[in-house]
Amino acid sequence: MKAVRIIEGRAVPLERSDVDTDQIIPSDWLKRVERTGFGRGLFSEWRDDPSFVLNDARFAGATVLVAGPRFGTGSSREHAVWALMDYGFEAIIAPSFGDIFRNNSSKQGLVIAQIDLADVEELMAFLHDDPSLLVVVDVEAGLVEVPAHGWQRSFALDPMIRERLLNGWDDIGLTLRHEGDITTYETTSHAPTLRGVFDEAGRVITR
Amino acid sequence: MTARTLYEKIWEEHLVASPPGESSVIYIDLHLVHEVTSPQAFDGLRLNGRGVRRPDLTLATADHNVPTEPMSVPVTDPISRRQLEALEENCAEFGITVFPRGHENQGIVHIIGPELGVTQPGMTIVCGDSHTSTHGAFGALAFGIGTSEVEHVLATQTLPQQRAKTMAVNVEGQAPVDVSAKDIVLAIVATLGTGGGAGYVIEYGGQAIRDLSMEGRMTLCNMSIEAGARAGLVAVDETTIDYLRGRPGVPSGEKFEEAATRWRSLVSDDDAHFDAVVTLDAQSLVPFVTWGTNPAQVVALSGVVPDPASFEDPDLASTTRRSLAYMGLTPGTPMKDIAVDVVFIGSCTNSRIEDLRAAAAVAQGHHVAESVRALVVPGSHRVKRQAETEGIDQVFLDAGFEWREPGCSMCLGMNPDQLTSGQRSASTSNRNFEGRQGRGGRTHLVSPVVAAATAILGRFATPDEVGA
Repeated sequence: MKAVRIIEGRAVPLERSDVDTDQIIPSDWLKRVERTGFGRGLFSEWRDDPSFVLNDARFAGATVLVAGPRFGTGSSREHAVWALMDYGFEAIIAPSFGDIFRNNSSKQGLVIAQIDLADVEELMAFLHDDPSLLVVVDVEAGLVEVPAHGWQRSFALDPMIRERLLNGWDDIGLTLRHEGDITTYETTSHAPTLRGVFDEAGRVITR
Repeated sequence: MTARTLYEKIWEEHLVASPPGESSVIYIDLHLVHEVTSPQAFDGLRLNGRGVRRPDLTLATADHNVPTEPMSVPVTDPISRRQLEALEENCAEFGITVFPRGHENQGIVHIIGPELGVTQPGMTIVCGDSHTSTHGAFGALAFGIGTSEVEHVLATQTLPQQRAKTMAVNVEGQAPVDVSAKDIVLAIVATLGTGGGAGYVIEYGGQAIRDLSMEGRMTLCNMSIEAGARAGLVAVDETTIDYLRGRPGVPSGEKFEEAATRWRSLVSDDDAHFDAVVTLDAQSLVPFVTWGTNPAQVVALSGVVPDPASFEDPDLASTTRRSLAYMGLTPGTPMKDIAVDVVFIGSCTNSRIEDLRAAAAVAQGHHVAESVRALVVPGSHRVKRQAETEGIDQVFLDAGFEWREPGCSMCLGMNPDQLTSGQRSASTSNRNFEGRQGRGGRTHLVSPVVAAATAILGRFATPDEVGA
């Protein structure tokens, strides 16, 4: 993944809680075998509504999404992260997130900034007053900032995720530094192999 | 030695490396794969010139996209067909056992692992699917992962992980006879909320949990993710071991007894510490139904649609208003006055043989209401064959239900079984999200017996209303 240090851009307020991954990218879009092109499906069931905030021209081109509590709960589909990034979002700010979504985001370099509900509401109010406001998400410093208001809130980031974001490290590469440990583990563990359970056609071998 | 929870025991057993200041690397004993979340992972392997480290610990099945029509009906959606073909091609290329559509062992990924006995106590199990928590019923640490992690497990048979917090959810006392595992888990999700379990692995305990069959425990653990917890666990007991004996994936004879002895140690120590403890009184539980657009929005079948004005929290009030508008419901309406268009009995939550037996017992001798389409979708070909041996298919067919081929079906809108906009369903699945069963569809989650009674009366109903 690409290294990400700082995100500076406009932000769009999505004033809903429990935005689950089925809303972020409806399942009809999950049939595709590609990893790109999901931006068109982002929030697709809501985008027909002209009053939906992503249809508000004043927020066009925003790179930061500000949302209510429990963003990204539900299904494990990483397609939700691909859709948000393909659409142009680089960071999501919310009071809480679904665990699997948070994890998937970290693999793709989508920055998850968790700040308190009151702070999210204050940030949303700023954006309603001025949609062109510049919002800064600083991964290195762990800060969400609105320079025009001198407003600044810190967010916690797992130190390992922070390092990976800042360096653009590939998880598999990091793990393979421990390949010797994996091989050692495999010589001692009890994991029962499926070999001998199924034949080549996947039928159960009768013993 | 300090007392440990079941989660801690499995975690420590699977530590491959714990580099200071970094995530731990844990070994994965079983990787289940389906067609939706894997194609991009296999592509990633090819791009980077990597192979599958342990194809013998990897098992694949087609489930989300498969039409539930007989094999004579082709997959007409070209995008679905391509994804199903990609699974077969990828498994052939990397030497992975796969059960394609129509295969004798094919079924929903979380149904086939347990029934084939490849899901076993003490294992670490992952799948690119959030309902992987199902397998926790066996005292296995099982959780859903994203596609990047699928690729990671294919390449390394490990995952970088942070240790989770632990939560004990104890359902004390004996549950009333009309309360099913589905009602228990709906009550738990309602208690914890959709985010209450975030960051935790839940261990379920208490008499009402111990009293559940393995299939009931799978229903329970399945919906752990609906409370935000990636994994749910039930400690091993004789119910677990009896279920596994004789299944294809477990050893036989003396070897099985040796394994069983090891498995019996997979319980939390008596004085183990949990980071959070939640207790429910089983006696207070009743048959439940969801009224809104997230699985924590639960009410008793005998209750009414809630009034947003009754919530003090303004966020909750506005969420409720939004949910009710989507669901087309009026506050104060008795749930049992609400008519449904479609009844769906199926999904990784409730499509096992016991679910079908229970629903058939309610349907027997009755007929589906004229205004209702009712589908029964067995979780796997094995479940389907078993049901047909018992004559359960005929009970459903005589009562006017459709008896279909295995797959995820109407749990999510990825195959032809979908709600149309505005249609209302009583569904034994796990998510009532907006559009989950088809764009504009309105989903109410219920147990299999409530689904069957509802199909017959054409409105939400409990089995006693049809004399069951």
